[in-house]
Amino acid sequence: MSSNTLSKKERLAITRQPMPEQPPQVRNRNFNEVNLGFDAETAVIEAQRCLDCPRPTCIDGCPVRIKIPDFIRLIAQKDFIGAARKIKEDNLLPSVCGRVCPQEEQCEKTCVLHGKFQPVSIGRLERFVADYEREHGQAQVKVNTPPNGKKVAIVGSGPAGLACASDLVQWGYDVTVFEALHEFGGVLIYGIPEFRLPKAILKYEIENLQKMGVRFEANFIVGKTMTIDELFEVGGFDAVFLGVGAGLPWFLNIPGENLMGVYSANEFLTRVNLMRAYEFPESDTPVKIGKQVVVVGGGNTAMDAVRTAKRLGAETATIVYRRSEVEMPARIEEVHHAKEEGIIFRTLTNPIEFLSDENGWVKAARCLQMELGEPGPDGRRRPIPVKGSEFEIPTDLVVVAIGNGSNPLISRTTPDLQCNKWGNILTNGNNGRTSKRGVFAGGDIVTGGATVILAMGAGREAARSIDEYLKTGIWDSEPESALKK
Amino acid sequence: MNLILQAEFIAPDIKKFVIAAPLIARKAKPGQFVILRVWEKGERIPITIVNGDPENGTVTLIIQGLGKTTRQMNMLNSGDYVHDLVGPLGQATHIENFGLAVCVSGGVGTAEALPIARALKEAGNTVIAIIGAREKALVICEAEMRTICDEVIITTDDGSYCTHGLVTDVLKTVIARNTKPDFVLAVGPLPMMRAVSEMTRPFSIKTMVSLNSIMVDGTGMCGGCRATVDGKTVFVCVDGPEFDGHQVNFDEIARRQKQFANQEKISAEIINKEPQKVLHQCRLAKAINEISKS
Ligand SMILES: Cc1cc2nc3c(=O)[nH]c(=O)nc-3n(C[C@H](O)[C@H](O)[C@H](O)COP(=O)(O)OP(=O)(O)OC[C@H]3O[C@@H](n4cnc5c(N)ncnc54)[C@H](O)[C@@H]3O)c2cc1C
Ligand SMILES: Cc1cc2nc3c(=O)[nH]c(=O)nc-3n(C[C@H](O)[C@H](O)[C@H](O)COP(=O)(O)OP(=O)(O)OC[C@H]3O[C@@H](n4cnc5c(N)ncnc54)[C@H](O)[C@@H]3O)c2cc1C
Ligand code: SF4
Ligand code: SF4
Ligand code: FES
Repeated sequence: MSSNTLSKKERLAITRQPMPEQPPQVRNRNFNEVNLGFDAETAVIEAQRCLDCPRPTCIDGCPVRIKIPDFIRLIAQKDFIGAARKIKEDNLLPSVCGRVCPQEEQCEKTCVLHGKFQPVSIGRLERFVADYEREHGQAQVKVNTPPNGKKVAIVGSGPAGLACASDLVQWGYDVTVFEALHEFGGVLIYGIPEFRLPKAILKYEIENLQKMGVRFEANFIVGKTMTIDELFEVGGFDAVFLGVGAGLPWFLNIPGENLMGVYSANEFLTRVNLMRAYEFPESDTPVKIGKQVVVVGGGNTAMDAVRTAKRLGAETATIVYRRSEVEMPARIEEVHHAKEEGIIFRTLTNPIEFLSDENGWVKAARCLQMELGEPGPDGRRRPIPVKGSEFEIPTDLVVVAIGNGSNPLISRTTPDLQCNKWGNILTNGNNGRTSKRGVFAGGDIVTGGATVILAMGAGREAARSIDEYLKTGIWDSEPESALKK
Repeated sequence: MNLILQAEFIAPDIKKFVIAAPLIARKAKPGQFVILRVWEKGERIPITIVNGDPENGTVTLIIQGLGKTTRQMNMLNSGDYVHDLVGPLGQATHIENFGLAVCVSGGVGTAEALPIARALKEAGNTVIAIIGAREKALVICEAEMRTICDEVIITTDDGSYCTHGLVTDVLKTVIARNTKPDFVLAVGPLPMMRAVSEMTRPFSIKTMVSLNSIMVDGTGMCGGCRATVDGKTVFVCVDGPEFDGHQVNFDEIARRQKQFANQEKISAEIINKEPQKVLHQCRLAKAINEISKS
């Protein structure tokens, strides 16, 4: 049956295809990917649900405006490679975004089928074609533009940096990515765990960029190994893009936070993901294995930490979050998966102190019960403590996952780079131009902790702006804070 | 990967390395450190830059073999490679002409104190070095210290060399002299740095200590190295490693350093039981590098 022959009614009659996944009680003991992905047949069925709307509202929900109905139509026609190419016109890393985008807040929320019917599984289809392309070795890595002799330095190998590098190299620039850590990918490698985003996928994408001519330098901290000025003067770069992310963990600032057994999410996840502490002592870096783990927070980071702790062998793994479940910023799928895996949710609960045993290890989290009051300035209802509601949750491992501020390494060594009071680099609208000539910025360092797709979008906007600057030599920039908008 | 140009033991279990790292050598200042990894699945550990030589593009590290990573590193020789080396990290020591400066060091800390003593001398200070070691064989960098400092006093725990006793015994006599020190730097084991700080506190002598908390990234990203100084949380890798010894919460750091004692034992057993396997792990880097060159 050709997809063109289906009537609207027939399309509406197809149910949203379930994602095959590892059973919860199996996967919560291993680090393999939870979602197994559609097979070709399922993908085609799911694609047939799309109504190919004349005014496709789904596109409005995607921060980089992927031509969603076009790529889905190609899937329905079984042209999977064509579909992948279509997505890549707007999104460098569909294999990543298909897995980690908060689709329910973006493209799938604005799909016309949302509400009365269930939205088309845009993210899952995106993932399917990206995986198909990779598994069939069909990624395009040839650059057709001749080198233009201009050098661009990209600082940070997270999604913002990778997206910026990808565009520039295709336009003939000589691009070098500098990364502080020993592996590339930013949060995608050190933060998001293997069970949500397998490392091999990222490795493949980075190798493709290498094949396209992007140079990758690990163990290079801009601001320390070389300053930005030295990149221009000594390194001979014509422009610099800063995609350094929001890598400074926030703590609760409550008593007991420096006890043994209390980690920031960054430390916990870095030890496990980047340093592979899950295979200690096969790998040298250790991590504490908690029996009763408490993770504070309600975002993706908190979900990743709590599910990681469970996989490492925790008997109980508990989310402690001060608002209610509807306010949780995590992707719905992650919350859902976490519950299936036996994660305990204690919402409307706020820790006020961590208690110590006689040896200095954390033994309990003292908490307050909360209730929701009037909405605050961000529109979310503010949590208020319930008087006299103190209680303790026994724990031997706490992970604080309440977000990240901006890392001051660059701003401390670049006094002429304007930042706001939180250390976010100020840029000129969305073209990424900073207060310093030839220096651009994008991603979490500008917006504060956001999403992979927004970081990639910012990297591409900056690439366009870099191209324009290096072609015209004109620099006009009146940076402002991205947070105000 | 960074090529090791020279490697020699300068004391039992203490090895000195000269490693090719031109970019780090250009920027290294006294008090700064690198983070290194010995092999593909190795831990990231911080090691002080004893010397950065921009002309030859090398850095000098002096490493005491304690646990798996440092002992594995000390198996390497010239011609081998360090898997990863990143830096220079941390804040450079604040150097000024204080007047009379005393550098107190213990064990491998003497290597860390060396570049700071040199910088203090160059800034016009009168510099006294007090070097402590468990026994004679473990006294390191003596000759270098003697060429830099106005006075070098060595003390050993067992009395096998020079005076018998602890660095604080010596410091006490130095403080009791006519000219009181204006600045004291202490580098070494925590109990030593703490004792030095307690000794100088009543005299209000500015005292800096070099904290060695456990680190992962070394860039301020993980917060694992955090310590409490003057009641505030600091990240040792970006705010330090040197802090005012009179403000440091030593108890907390001492505890946090022991966080992984159990796992460290497991790793140490591996290197005791299978030294050949461990050597092979880090030699692989050399092999891979040679294959990729040919
Ligand atoms: C645990 C976790 C889970 C998440 N889950 C999701 C999710 O499911 N979906 C989603 O959309 N978003 C998620 N996010 C958010 C998302 O990962 C980030 O918004 C995104 O990675 C930001 O990209 P970036 O390129 O700006 O920075 P990053 O990914 O942070 O990368 C910055 C890179 O720059 C390097 N760097 C920093 N300073 C320097 C320097 N001075 N010199 C050289 N290199 C430097 C860093 O080491 C890092 O590798 C998650 C975040 C975390 C922490
Ligand atoms: C800023 C700084 C500079 C340093 N400079 C030197 C130096 O010049 N020469 C030298 O020999 N040593 C130095 N050290 C100490 C060195 O980093 C540790 O000895 C090393 O990490 C131990 O690793 P291991 O696997 O061999 O031993 P482990 O078995 O892991 O531990 C042995 C001991 O080292 C401590 N330790 C463990 N992991 C770390 C870590 N990641 N960071 C810090 N300490 C740790 C533990 O408290 C333990 O008591 C420095 C430490 C810091 C923080
Ligand atoms: S990139 Fe994200 S938001 Fe855009 S279509 Fe893909 S899954 Fe949806
Ligand atoms: S809005 Fe939904 S149904 Fe319409 S084109 Fe987009 S994905 Fe297809
Ligand atoms: S080592 Fe991670 S913040 Fe200092």
